[in-house]
Amino acid sequence: MVITPYLTLGAILFCIGLYGALSKKNAVIVLLSIELMLNASNLNLIAFARFGANPSLTGQIFSLFTITIAAAEVAVGIAILIMLFRNKGTADVNEMDSLKESQQQRPM
Amino acid sequence: MASVYSQYAWLIPLFPLLAFLVLTAFGRQMQTLGAYIATGCVLVSFVLSLFVCGERLGGNAQGYTWNNFEWLKAGNLSVSAGFEVNNLNALMLVIVTLVSLLVMIYSRGYMHGDERITVFYAYVSLFTFSMLGLVIAENLLLLYIFWELVGVCSFLLIGFWYHKPEAKAAAKKAFIVTRVGDVGLFLAILLLFWYMPGHSLDFTSIHNAMSDGKIAGHIATWIAILIFIGAIGKSGQFPLHTWLPDAMEGPTPISALIHAATMVAAGVYLVARTYDVFSASPAALAVVAAIGGFTAIFAATIGIAQNDIKRILAYSTVSQLGYMMMALGIGAYAAAIFHLFTHAFFKALLFLAAGSVIHAVQTQDINEMGGLAGKMKTTAWTFAVGALALSGIVPFSGFWSKDAILAEAFRHNMPLFWVGLIAAFFTAFYMSRLFFLVFAGEKRSNREAHESPASMTVPLIVLAVLAAFSGFVFTPFNDGFGVWLTGQEAADHANAIVMVLSTVAGVAGIALGWLMYGKKSIARDAVSGKVPWLHTLIYRKYYIDELYDAVIVKPLKGVGVALRAFDVYVVDGIVRLCAAAGFGLGKLGARLQNGQVQAYGLIMLLGMIILTVALMGRRFI
Repeated sequence: MVITPYLTLGAILFCIGLYGALSKKNAVIVLLSIELMLNASNLNLIAFARFGANPSLTGQIFSLFTITIAAAEVAVGIAILIMLFRNKGTADVNEMDSLKESQQQRPM
Repeated sequence: MASVYSQYAWLIPLFPLLAFLVLTAFGRQMQTLGAYIATGCVLVSFVLSLFVCGERLGGNAQGYTWNNFEWLKAGNLSVSAGFEVNNLNALMLVIVTLVSLLVMIYSRGYMHGDERITVFYAYVSLFTFSMLGLVIAENLLLLYIFWELVGVCSFLLIGFWYHKPEAKAAAKKAFIVTRVGDVGLFLAILLLFWYMPGHSLDFTSIHNAMSDGKIAGHIATWIAILIFIGAIGKSGQFPLHTWLPDAMEGPTPISALIHAATMVAAGVYLVARTYDVFSASPAALAVVAAIGGFTAIFAATIGIAQNDIKRILAYSTVSQLGYMMMALGIGAYAAAIFHLFTHAFFKALLFLAAGSVIHAVQTQDINEMGGLAGKMKTTAWTFAVGALALSGIVPFSGFWSKDAILAEAFRHNMPLFWVGLIAAFFTAFYMSRLFFLVFAGEKRSNREAHESPASMTVPLIVLAVLAAFSGFVFTPFNDGFGVWLTGQEAADHANAIVMVLSTVAGVAGIALGWLMYGKKSIARDAVSGKVPWLHTLIYRKYYIDELYDAVIVKPLKGVGVALRAFDVYVVDGIVRLCAAAGFGLGKLGARLQNGQVQAYGLIMLLGMIILTVALMGRRFI
């Protein structure tokens, strides 16, 4: 067996996730895309755990941790999204630019 | 006889300095008190100077030098500072302190009511200090420092009424033009420093080196000419004379003190002090004589056509200083110093009397004066004494000093004798023109003139007495002054032909002036009507100012404008470009920071790609 197909699949998944995270307007889809990227990396971890230079269980355990943390992250992310939706009435990412300081305070 | 008082000569400049410091520190609190402090300090200096000079007169011809203060030391080279008292500078001490004292008393009346009167007295005190320091300085470097200090004081006092634009311009002009000469003096000091054995700059060493012939002839010529350039600047000799008439924008007592009696004589003093260098070089002496003679006649002709009472006197000063330089140039050392001595008195007298007139009629244009003799008897009489002394009429002081110079010129240099004689004629002419226009005839303005207060007339009377009688210290029948000054028996300078000729020139000048302006039997425009270009030429001062303006001032201003443009557009431009680049970069960054997470993510991705490509790409290079 060779590692290449796994890594290729991981890269494709990661790129789809990255594309979705950077371009989609709906915040829920952005979250889903981030999950896709996380899973792409999980795939890499497991592939290297099986076919890497020093095969061991560490990679598999590490991916288990990642899945757990991803679940927690999604729970928190969805909660924030819902609060934002309640306040703003929209799930459009382009509307969520309150990180930027307001136009008046900007120095020339 | 021991030099008892000479040892304490260093105190003489310190009193005016003390007055300056006190007036500068506490001037705001005092009004009239400041004037008394300054006058008192100068009075002390004057009394001390009298003691020193009296001691010198006692037949002790040895100079007293003290230079134990080591001022600068670099390696095995040291510059000392100290003072020296000999007959020449003892005489100068008396002249400076006396004129300064009288001017200070006079200023009490003249500057009365000026709210900056304490500042005025502070400046005059500083000037007196600097001038006295210049006189007793023991080496050239110290002299140079005081030389610059008197220049600064002159600048401050010409521009004393700084709200007048003419006064500001005149102050700047005086400062800049004299600086041209100062550069010459500085170069002379450098040359001397380079060539003197032991690099010493004190006058005794210079005297010894010159009399031993330690310095080659052509070097001595260069040094002497450079020193003379310094003297040209300070003493208003052609071609650097243009600042002196403009300097008349300052208060009149200042014109009397600085621009007639003392500071402008510093150039003559400098040449006399370094006379050993000049003696070593006949070429330099010839230059001094030629410039002096030319200035004497050149300025005298300009004086004829001026209408401003102070400017006439200023050109007269330039002309008389030219006389002194001419005398030094032909080797008449004692005669030159003697003329300096008498000139200080009668020219200060003339300026102070002119100031009294200006004070009374509030104008300087002689065409608006007239008939003042009846109203201002003291001023008129003292002015007449000064004018007669300046015109060289027996027995006033100017006659004897001018005669001494002319007699020497008669013996050594015939062309210069005629130049001097013609200049004397012109001098007498413009003085009588001035006198008759101002004091005789009928009133030409409706201002009520009145005699000046006693604080102004008393100095006039003192100076008039001195102007009348100070000439008797050095007459053909009594040459004690020359012997005392030079330490050697003067050649017999009595010369009947010269005496008669100079008297004829003086009387003829006065008579012509009287006929034209007093009796009016010759029309005023008898000459100017026939050859108007000649009148215009001398009225416009031979267009020297215009020439300098076109040849020097305008091109320099052009260079200034170009350099300013370079500064504004190139130097400032680069600075502003740097600022603009930073600003633009910041603006770009600010635009990227739009608060949208996706945009940030995209930028991170792009950065990541760039980094990766850069790191990977390194492998293939």
